[in-house]
Formats: sequence, C-alpha cells, structure tokens
Amino acid sequence: MLRSEQKPFEEILGYLEGEDKVFILGCDGCAQASQTGGMPQVLEMKERLEGEGKAVTGYTVIDFLCQKALVASRLQPLENKVMEADSLLVLTCGVGIQAVAAMVKKPVHPGCNTISLGGSRGEWQGSERCMECGDCLLEYTGGICPLTACSKGLRNGACGGASNGKCEVSPEKPCGWELIYSRLREVGRLDMLKRFIPPKAWNKMRPRPEILSTPLWALEQRDELREEGTG
Amino acid sequence: MALREALKSGKFAITTEVGPLKGTDTSEIMEVAEILNGKVDGVNVTDQQSAVMRLGSLATCSLLVQKGLDPVFQMTCRDRNRIALQSDLLSASVLGIRNVLAISGDFPSLGDHIDAKDVYDLDSEQLIWAINQMNEGYDLANNELQGKTDFLVGAVVKPVSDTEESSELQLAMMEKKISVGARFFQTQAVYDADAFDTFMKRAAQFKVPVLVGIIPLKSAGMARYMNKNVSGVFVPEHMISEMTKAEDKAATGLEIAARLIKDLKDLCQGVHIMAIGWEKKVPEILRLADLS
Repeated sequence: MLRSEQKPFEEILGYLEGEDKVFILGCDGCAQASQTGGMPQVLEMKERLEGEGKAVTGYTVIDFLCQKALVASRLQPLENKVMEADSLLVLTCGVGIQAVAAMVKKPVHPGCNTISLGGSRGEWQGSERCMECGDCLLEYTGGICPLTACSKGLRNGACGGASNGKCEVSPEKPCGWELIYSRLREVGRLDMLKRFIPPKAWNKMRPRPEILSTPLWALEQRDELREEGTG
Repeated sequence: MALREALKSGKFAITTEVGPLKGTDTSEIMEVAEILNGKVDGVNVTDQQSAVMRLGSLATCSLLVQKGLDPVFQMTCRDRNRIALQSDLLSASVLGIRNVLAISGDFPSLGDHIDAKDVYDLDSEQLIWAINQMNEGYDLANNELQGKTDFLVGAVVKPVSDTEESSELQLAMMEKKISVGARFFQTQAVYDADAFDTFMKRAAQFKVPVLVGIIPLKSAGMARYMNKNVSGVFVPEHMISEMTKAEDKAATGLEIAARLIKDLKDLCQGVHIMAIGWEKKVPEILRLADLS
C-alpha cells in the first residue's frame, strides 16, 4: 500500500500551462483507497480542468498503475485518445507515475504526492511500520522497530529529547524508545538494552538486482508490449 | 590543566561551552577564549546547536587550540554520514583537537533549516564506538589508518527525567556508551541536588567521571521556558520566585549557579557550565563557587 494525496490544483494547473489537451489516468489500487486517483477523483479532476478551459481527450482508471505491462495493455484500446492529448495527468503514487511515464511517449504530470508510511509497502493493519531495511533489529527492540518508531531511527537508544514520553519532533508522537523500553520490561528482556547494535548496512535497503528478475518484470520487458503501450 | 589531565588527576574538572555564531565573525569567540584561558580545563564547541546552521565546531575548535585552550569537539550524528564523521575526526586530530563529545543532535525540524534531511547514519553510541576504532588505528570499514587518532571520548546523559522509562533508558545507555568507549560524561542542566544525588547513586557504579551541567538563570521567564521546552530541565518553583523577586537578576542568576555548583560538587567529578551568551561571566561563577 502506498498512500498519496492530490497536489494542490493550482500546482497541477501550472504543470499544464501551455497545453490544451490532457488525458487523465487514475489507479484502482492504492490511489483509489487513498481517494486521490479512483474514478470519482478522476471525474472530478476532469470537471475542474474543463472548467479551466482544458480539453480532456479521455480518461480511465487502471488496476494497478504500478504494473507496467498492465498499463500498456489497458491503454492500448484508448491509444487514439492518449495520443491526441498533449500530456497525461496521472493521479496515483510515485511508482504508478513512473510506470506510466516509462510506457507512454508523452509528457506525464504527477497529480499526487506520495506520503511516506514509514516504508510500509505491504499490507499493514495497525501502527507498525517496516522500512524493509534488510537487517531486522526487532529481536533486540522488543518487536518495535527503532527505525520507524523513533523519529531519528536511532538503533541504540533514545536521544534524550523526549518530554513526558513524547518525541521532541512532535508532542503527538510517542518516544519510540520509551515504547521499546516498556515492551522489553514487559517481556523481561531489559538486558537487550545493554546490547550494542553496530552501524547499519544501509545498502541493504536498496532493492537487490535479483528482485528485478521476476516473471512480471520479464513480461514488462517484452518489446511488443512496449510498442503497444507507446502507440 | 587540559581536560584529560584534569580528569586523570582526580581534581574537580571544569568545562564550559561556546556556541559559534551564524557567519564568519569570530571576534566574540576570540574575546571569550581570551577570558577563559587558564580558568577552565576544557571548552566545548557546540555543533549546529538546536539544529541552527552556524560556523562549524571543527574550525572553531581549531581556533581555540591556537589560543592555547583545550576544546571539546561536539559532534552530532544529525548532519554527517560515517564517511564525513570519520574524515572530520581525522581533520580534528591533525588540527590538535584532543577531545570529542558524541551526541545525537536535535532533529532538523527544531532548527532554522526545517526542510533539511536528517542523517543519523550512525547514532551516538555507534559514533563513540567509531572514534574508539579510530583510536585503535582502524576506520569503520576496518581499513588501517596511516596514523591513528588519540581522542578522549565524552558522551552526554540526562540525569533527571519525567518518566521512569526515560530515566531507566538514560542509565542503560550510559552503561552502553561506556562499554563502547565513553570516558567522561557531561549532563543536562541540573537544578535539584536531591534528584542529582538519586541519579549519581546509581551512576557512580560505572566509575566514569560525570561533569554536572549548569545553566545560569537569566530570568524567571527563562526558567519557565526551559521547564516547558527543554527536555530534562526542571527548575524548582522556589528558584523561579527567587529570580522573580531579585532586583539584580544577573547577580542572582550567577549566585544561584554558584550555589548549585557548591551543592553538587561532592556528588560528581566536575562541572560543565553552559552559559548561553554569558560566557564572559563564567570566571565570575567560578569565583563565587570558590573554584578559582
């Protein structure tokens, strides 16, 4: 899940300056859930842009824009409308916007900002956040991630900036390390606090090369699909 | 006396700190250096204090070395990754800087460049560990250094907290910091001898010198501001009303600071005076506290 919010309309209009015709693309995945790029938002955007004198050559919603092969195959029947436009306005996350930009030979405008969820790109149920750091520290921190629960992502303990259990960054946010302390105390593992966590290998947070070699990725690389997508 | 010699000798160590200004004007700091020379064992130079961009701690420490003082190079983990931190440590070493204080650093959103990217590649414990590694002659990638460093490594601790979790964490982290190479501690400002005594009763077991933090009060308003906004600072009400009633606020502030030092002196191994603009009055505080 990637959470997004629509950019201010004035900003979007600025992107479209000097252009008359636009194709609007939304996503029925996370952007629909975020209520930033589902069909209702796409229709609303169409109306607002037309109100500003823009011609909307077409619009559609695809599930999901993050899958390039799907973007290409779903846009194919709408090729004329897409190519008639000066550009595409894409209402979705940064992944989807990049996927569309990779598949369509037209200027692509981002209609949304992607809000950080602290790294969680999978399913999440509550306040737990995973940064996909590739070297899990939860063993030492009572099952509460110090990278996401602590504003500074400190691995060895609190910074000392908390007041009444709240983070120095925001009085709304609990100090992650005080949460970790409470949990460790609860499970009888306060000895973990004495354990020194060595400097982290941040390079493990980069996607590994072999992750690219999935069947989906291979599908996206097929020339004929690319051709279809780009008209 | 230089800081490491002072700590080794067992005398009551005296440190203070200066904060570089925003800009290239060093006249104020040079004037302060002149006044402090021979009066203190070490002078901390803050590193972009409160996440406000200023002249660097490294350059300022170097100027203090040239003036014959023994600076404590404060290093936060906020602005530099491990490459820059280690490189600056090598630079500090060749510039004659012998002490480093490793701290996390306030979050950028508390300063004047709120959009800045926070780094925290290393945390303060890891930085202490890294400095020790460099003292041993190796960098963090285990490469041998052509000429190793010889730093006395200090760390910070907050003796008084508002939650049990926080006070327990502070003690646990103090122990961890010592285990990776911290050899002295400077504390958050203390205003309550009983609370500090409670802390020291537990911290004394670590047998590492603790220099108690002192911030002289300038006004009742300043005390209330710190109580509200500065983590770990608790100025008692009677002290605030003493400041309110005082005719000469500055004199009373200095007297309270000196009184605190006298009350806390026997509980710890030194004092760290954070004068926040009153650096030139540090010798006066020391005189009032019978330390000069």
